[in-house]
Amino acid sequence: MGEEEGLHQTPFLDTMFVRGLKRKCFDGEEDIEGTLAGIKAIPSYNLQRQSLLDMSLVKLQLCHMLVEPNLCRSVLIANTVRQIQEEMTQDGTWQMINTQSTGQASLDRLVSTDILCRSSRDQAEGKHVPAYGTFNKDFENDQAQDSSDTMSTASAVQAPRNLQSSVWEMENPQENKGNFQKSLDQIFETLENKSPNSVEDLFSEVDNSYYDLDTMLTGMMSNTKMGHCDSLETFSSSTNTASNSNCKSDLNDLDHIVEILVES
Amino acid sequence: MAVVARAGGDGGGSSSEVQWCFLQVKGAIDEDVAEADIISTVEFNYTGDLLATGDKGGRVVIFQREQETKSRPLSRGEYNVYSTFQSHEPEFDYLKSLEIEEKINKIRWLPQQNAAHFLLSTNDKTIKLWKISERDKRAEGYNLKDEDGRLREPFRVTELRVPTLKPMDLMVEASPRRTFANAHTYHINSISVNSDYATYLSADDLRINLWHLEVTNRSFNIVDIKPANMEELTEVITAAEFHPHHCNVFVYSSSKGTIRLCDMRSAALCDQHSKFFEEPEDPSSRSFFSEIISSISDVKFSHSGRYMMTRDYLSVKVWDINMENRPVETYQVHEYLRSKLCSLYENDCIFDKFECCWNGSDSTIMTGSYNNFFRTFERNMPRDTTLEASRESSKPRAILKPRKVCTTGKRKKDEITVDSLDFNKKILHTAWHPMENIIAVAATNNLYLFQEKVN
Repeated sequence: MGEEEGLHQTPFLDTMFVRGLKRKCFDGEEDIEGTLAGIKAIPSYNLQRQSLLDMSLVKLQLCHMLVEPNLCRSVLIANTVRQIQEEMTQDGTWQMINTQSTGQASLDRLVSTDILCRSSRDQAEGKHVPAYGTFNKDFENDQAQDSSDTMSTASAVQAPRNLQSSVWEMENPQENKGNFQKSLDQIFETLENKSPNSVEDLFSEVDNSYYDLDTMLTGMMSNTKMGHCDSLETFSSSTNTASNSNCKSDLNDLDHIVEILVES
Repeated sequence: MAVVARAGGDGGGSSSEVQWCFLQVKGAIDEDVAEADIISTVEFNYTGDLLATGDKGGRVVIFQREQETKSRPLSRGEYNVYSTFQSHEPEFDYLKSLEIEEKINKIRWLPQQNAAHFLLSTNDKTIKLWKISERDKRAEGYNLKDEDGRLREPFRVTELRVPTLKPMDLMVEASPRRTFANAHTYHINSISVNSDYATYLSADDLRINLWHLEVTNRSFNIVDIKPANMEELTEVITAAEFHPHHCNVFVYSSSKGTIRLCDMRSAALCDQHSKFFEEPEDPSSRSFFSEIISSISDVKFSHSGRYMMTRDYLSVKVWDINMENRPVETYQVHEYLRSKLCSLYENDCIFDKFECCWNGSDSTIMTGSYNNFFRTFERNMPRDTTLEASRESSKPRAILKPRKVCTTGKRKKDEITVDSLDFNKKILHTAWHPMENIIAVAATNNLYLFQEKVN
């Protein structure tokens, strides 16, 4: 009784899922009973919160291929992710990546999630499985590491990007050019609403968003900003016309954002 | 009504508890449940003589109560199949490359105005008005066609006769009379017939539309919560219902645990609510799952119209529509799950949408839980019961034994521990006869009917 009250008062996640999380991610099996038994130590709050964040991102990524997923569920999971990220930002555990103190930062993270959802929804089912396998490996490495909170934060955020990059690598660039551009248009939308006409303005404002764009465009896994100029040039040349012409249709493309949420 | 002395409680006072006995169970027995057979909605009609169920395969099955015979006045009527038809078919949206599920999300009956029965059934995108009519006579002796329906040659007609009506075996026909389509971009979660019996509303995740039953090519949008920038979307509509008496009033609930009451006389677009119902959050129980478990899965007005009931993940709340700042009653359905929320989030059970219902006199409310348990709460006592819909207790007139979930360490006999609950056996849909104590409980692919024990 007392223990239950304790669980009430502190925002501790219930302990059982931590042990079961790996199994569930990989096997997808239901095993509540198995996870209950034998939990001795309560993992740290930060680790639990991180696991919850990862689990939520996985949920958003596992898109149904044929049937539109539940918008209510997606919104609730996205709100949970946002809540965790805001708390982590306040805690200062989100220091690996430059964060602005506004909500813009969390939106950007959400953008990553959205783009991930879109890309994984666009590719064929066969390709999806290997990508998920990549994600699993990274996740496993994270868990196995004797990592500090910031490390695990970074690698957890990396993991979705790894999924993203392997996704991009596997896809035929020719086939997916249309989707590519559409996704990038949405990045424009979320980064700055001021002047979608000007590609330069967009790029001048971002710092951590740079990082997102970078990894998505080039599939780079490193944390450096070296390839920016190269990717920028290829980027602007290929999408210049697209962005200009899509200015007005961007408003129409807002429905694509619905699709992203819906697909997640 | 049987008088039951509660253990350790007041023996023979004015309180008399309803004892439920098994009446019938419908559906296949075998362990392998076909996805299409999973019941997705249950609804009695206004008299309670008809009970409609919809399933994931898009079918509607209507049961009719057998009339009590004079020779056995005390025996209650059983419900037998009256009509079965395919309401919705799976469709494919070519623009989005997505399938539209044929699962029936809701059925709502129209009040009966002539010999035929009418109901509205909806899937994610399309609402249909069905007419269910009986035919027990057949015309014979046509002049222009044979008995088997073939046209006769005109020169063969040598004399004229008047066709006569002959009795035939009762045939129940279901025919679609209206199809209300292409009005919802998002998934329809609710339909509600207005008390004017001429209009109805349909609600999806972001919009509510008002229809006239006779007009299919146009509907009026009365609520729109879609943000200009979808990135800012944080709240969706989860349920909506018209007031049972005031045809200008309706409510809708949200994923953030709020209810808005709107008056259609005030504006054409009811984005501004007339009343806003929200219970302040208890800061001591705040967790990452607080918002998810506060999301309202069902809202139902009482028959009187004075109260409304909302169901969120762990509780049922009764609101007085004249008081917005907190509910008047809160009932915990399965509080023992509060410490398991993370696991339930992981296996997606936390997103299960349970429904709730009132009895005819608004004195008792009912809702479902896991392990095929369902709960009734008597408001005046207050007294609550946990019952189970299972094949084991499915003997005719067998009295349902109350169940108990063990929340402390020591498990008593006949109690069930939280860990042994089967979360795949969930009772999401229940219905209560509008006038009598007969309840219909949908347990996956089986429909259980229970009635009050009669001495």
